[in-house]
Amino acid sequence: MEKLKFGKSSGFFDTFERRPGAIKKNMHYCPGCGHGILHKLLAEALEEMDIQDQTVLIAPVGCSVFTYYYFDCGGISVPHGRAPAVGSGIARANPDSFVISYQGDGDLGAIGFNNFIQAANRGENMTVLFVNNAIYGMTGGQMAPTTLPGQKTMTSPQGRDPLTEGYPLKVCETVAALDSPVYVERCALTSYKNIMQAKKALRKGLENLKNRKGFSLIEFLSGCPINLKMTTDEADHFIEERMMKYFPIGKFKDIADDRPAISKHLGIFEPAAVKRILYPNRQSSSKSKDFRNKSEIFTKERRIKCAGFGGQGILSLGMMIANMARLRNFNVTWLPSYGPEMRGGTANCSVVLSRDDVGSPIVDKDTNLLIAMNQPSMDKFLPELKKNGVLLYDSSSIEVPNCSEDKKVFGINAAEIAEDLGDHRVANSVILGALSFILRDYFLEGDDKADFDKTFEEAIIDCFANKKGIVDLNLKAFYKGKAAVETCF
Amino acid sequence: MESTNQVLLKGNEAAIYGALLAGCECFFGYPITPASEIAHAAANLFPALDRPFLQAESEIAAINMVFGASASGRRAMTASSGLGISLKQEAVSFIATCELPAVIIDIMRGGPGLGNIGPEQSDYNQVVKGGGHGSYKCIVLAPNSAQEMCDMTYEAFDLADRYRTVVYVLTDGVIGQMLESLKLPEPLPRRPIPEWAIDGGVNKRDNYIASIYMDHDDLEAVNIRLQEKYALIEKEQQQAESYYTDDAELVIVCYGIISRVAKTAVAKLRDKGLKVGMLRPQKLFPFPKSHLNDLVNKECMKSFIAIEMSNGQMIDDVKLAIECKKPVHFYNRMGGNVPTVKEIIEKCEKILKEQQ
Amino acid sequence: MTVKSKKFTVKIIADECKGCNRCVKACPKNILALGNDLNRFGFPYVKLVKDECIGCGACYYSCPEPSALAVYEEV
Repeated sequence: MEKLKFGKSSGFFDTFERRPGAIKKNMHYCPGCGHGILHKLLAEALEEMDIQDQTVLIAPVGCSVFTYYYFDCGGISVPHGRAPAVGSGIARANPDSFVISYQGDGDLGAIGFNNFIQAANRGENMTVLFVNNAIYGMTGGQMAPTTLPGQKTMTSPQGRDPLTEGYPLKVCETVAALDSPVYVERCALTSYKNIMQAKKALRKGLENLKNRKGFSLIEFLSGCPINLKMTTDEADHFIEERMMKYFPIGKFKDIADDRPAISKHLGIFEPAAVKRILYPNRQSSSKSKDFRNKSEIFTKERRIKCAGFGGQGILSLGMMIANMARLRNFNVTWLPSYGPEMRGGTANCSVVLSRDDVGSPIVDKDTNLLIAMNQPSMDKFLPELKKNGVLLYDSSSIEVPNCSEDKKVFGINAAEIAEDLGDHRVANSVILGALSFILRDYFLEGDDKADFDKTFEEAIIDCFANKKGIVDLNLKAFYKGKAAVETCF
Repeated sequence: MESTNQVLLKGNEAAIYGALLAGCECFFGYPITPASEIAHAAANLFPALDRPFLQAESEIAAINMVFGASASGRRAMTASSGLGISLKQEAVSFIATCELPAVIIDIMRGGPGLGNIGPEQSDYNQVVKGGGHGSYKCIVLAPNSAQEMCDMTYEAFDLADRYRTVVYVLTDGVIGQMLESLKLPEPLPRRPIPEWAIDGGVNKRDNYIASIYMDHDDLEAVNIRLQEKYALIEKEQQQAESYYTDDAELVIVCYGIISRVAKTAVAKLRDKGLKVGMLRPQKLFPFPKSHLNDLVNKECMKSFIAIEMSNGQMIDDVKLAIECKKPVHFYNRMGGNVPTVKEIIEKCEKILKEQQ
Repeated sequence: MTVKSKKFTVKIIADECKGCNRCVKACPKNILALGNDLNRFGFPYVKLVKDECIGCGACYYSCPEPSALAVYEEV
């Protein structure tokens, strides 16, 4: 009787049915390639740790692009260099999966280095297996970031010159310098002793994954006899005598025991709970829920332009008007100027209120109401005010405008009133108070008058929902503005 | 206090509400004007629902994270603009070939090059025609209001699942930046993990997701299957809004912010007694060929005008759809400028005069 | 009294061997050698040349192929 002592792991498929062609038992790697050695260590670890169901093994672009031919676990093949980004997506979206990113020196060190280093720095729950053979394999022996000085490749035929092509990229050393990664070790797939150390390091990396400790990196110095144009013995000698001088093997970092496990997002999906969080609460301080005032001003679309300089709260002013209108069942659009003029320090926004669908949200030649809070805005937008339009401006800083008779003009010293209240930033609410008075006294009747103040109050509270501390001051400014316009006109 | 589904949101924010109500499970993004409010809203609201939000290191990383999350059987999305979309194209090709659902929002800005942050529609070709390498296409929804930003993003997840494809929500900076009143839809329950997912769960380890086919016939078969799917999408998903097209002699074809401006222009032209209408594709792939062909065969119908904020990208699809059976005029603005009501009226009046 | 030591052996599947020589080099007892015959795929393959296997597994872990080589224990 015979008992198997060392043989094929069930971490591998029994036959490689996903591999096209007739060969179903062998791997596609060249004779003596280090990938096969690492594949066996990995298959064995997956089997013995009983994590095949949860594991997602990411196949990079490079010689190991076909890992899913062989491993009996979840697999995905991803764009060149992007394995750590794809892995971050998997690890975040499904925290119950164990993400292993298997990458070569071109994939990890060249095209994908940013994705790799950023995933390391975020401490993603991921274990990266980095196969460093100092040369590109699949594309046929070109220079890699880890190619040694003087090493000849297809794209460094005279040998890598460190002064023009740089020195080999020290990946473990770089990652170990970061605070987030928990485990960094460099191994070599050469002698039996080194392979056994690699086996141990791999287990440690996978344990960290299982315990949600975050990011582990294990680098494997690995032979590529074919592209190095060497025998297997010579390739191992190259690793041990030349590569290891540059890339010393050993443990660079192991702080997993001190690191707490990463928590998981469970997600709230129960519809009532989702509504509670996403649907806003109504203040409902105003009286009527279905306000449909019959005043003429509200039967037509109203196009409003608010303009001034950045910092005056122009955009908030427009937003408060829009909010008021929404609370009174108008269809509303609010559009900020964004683009080059914002950089010049001026700000303006277009607000359109309508009982019908709003067509163009851009207010230009057809302004019904212009609110101007500095002189350049007045000069720029007054010509766009329509016949019978209303102009409301800050008289603290703007000269009395020269308007045609048909216009209704209201000047109010908003900035000065705001200063008196102790904060120049509430000038916009002063203006809003004035607007409320104008709307109320010119256009509204009966109960709707009182209701309207409440609506504006609600709009102000809504608008500053995230800055509750300044709601009261803005309400005060609102009533100051209202009183001021009342005494003037 | 009571809750309400009536809200005032920027188009960009509305998209996130739509996504979350559709059960989107994670967001991966990278800041870019004029799409950043999408990431801002996501950064607040995904964690509020204990769902992952991650600011990626690049556009490339963000879309690859979506690739990973989608492969895990989770509803995932990202958002960007112009140059950011260019960076994503390689991964979009992978996702399309792996037949995974994913949702991408593109808030178009001025190009080419670094361009500016003003609104344009010049991503049309790179989004509607596939964009990356290989023969693939994505469904492209074209909202023109905050309501549609919400509703179409909400719908995008279902379409992405149904056809196992990438769905873009494509609009311009104005629609993204514009605050507008809208009604929020009902929350959908969490989608069960699909059978094809590599979800790291029991019995799912047989699944693998790849887009590499070394055998030429195998890859051709994949291509044929994809083209059959796109043909089905063309058959089932054409969608457009018609406005005064019944008796129109001239029909404006446009999408996004231009359709809002054009609507006002059409109303004013009608006030003058001029028979102008508007056809607004609500999906750009599939392009509303049947809607256009219904119009082309009408006796009264004399010509179309494509109006774009790009150099004549959508107009090709108009001409192809009607096989050039009627003239297709063109008007455009670029660089961040939006055609005005006045410009559209003048252009239409000129065409009507010429075709009399 | 004689202690019967455990008996091990190495089995090689000729058609799965790529003749890389890693196992030959790894074996502490030098019981493996690359032969001159070629397998079905044209590779020379490793043969067991001495019956002195100690069951250490060095050959197995050095071999890059999943099932070209396995170590058995006689029971």
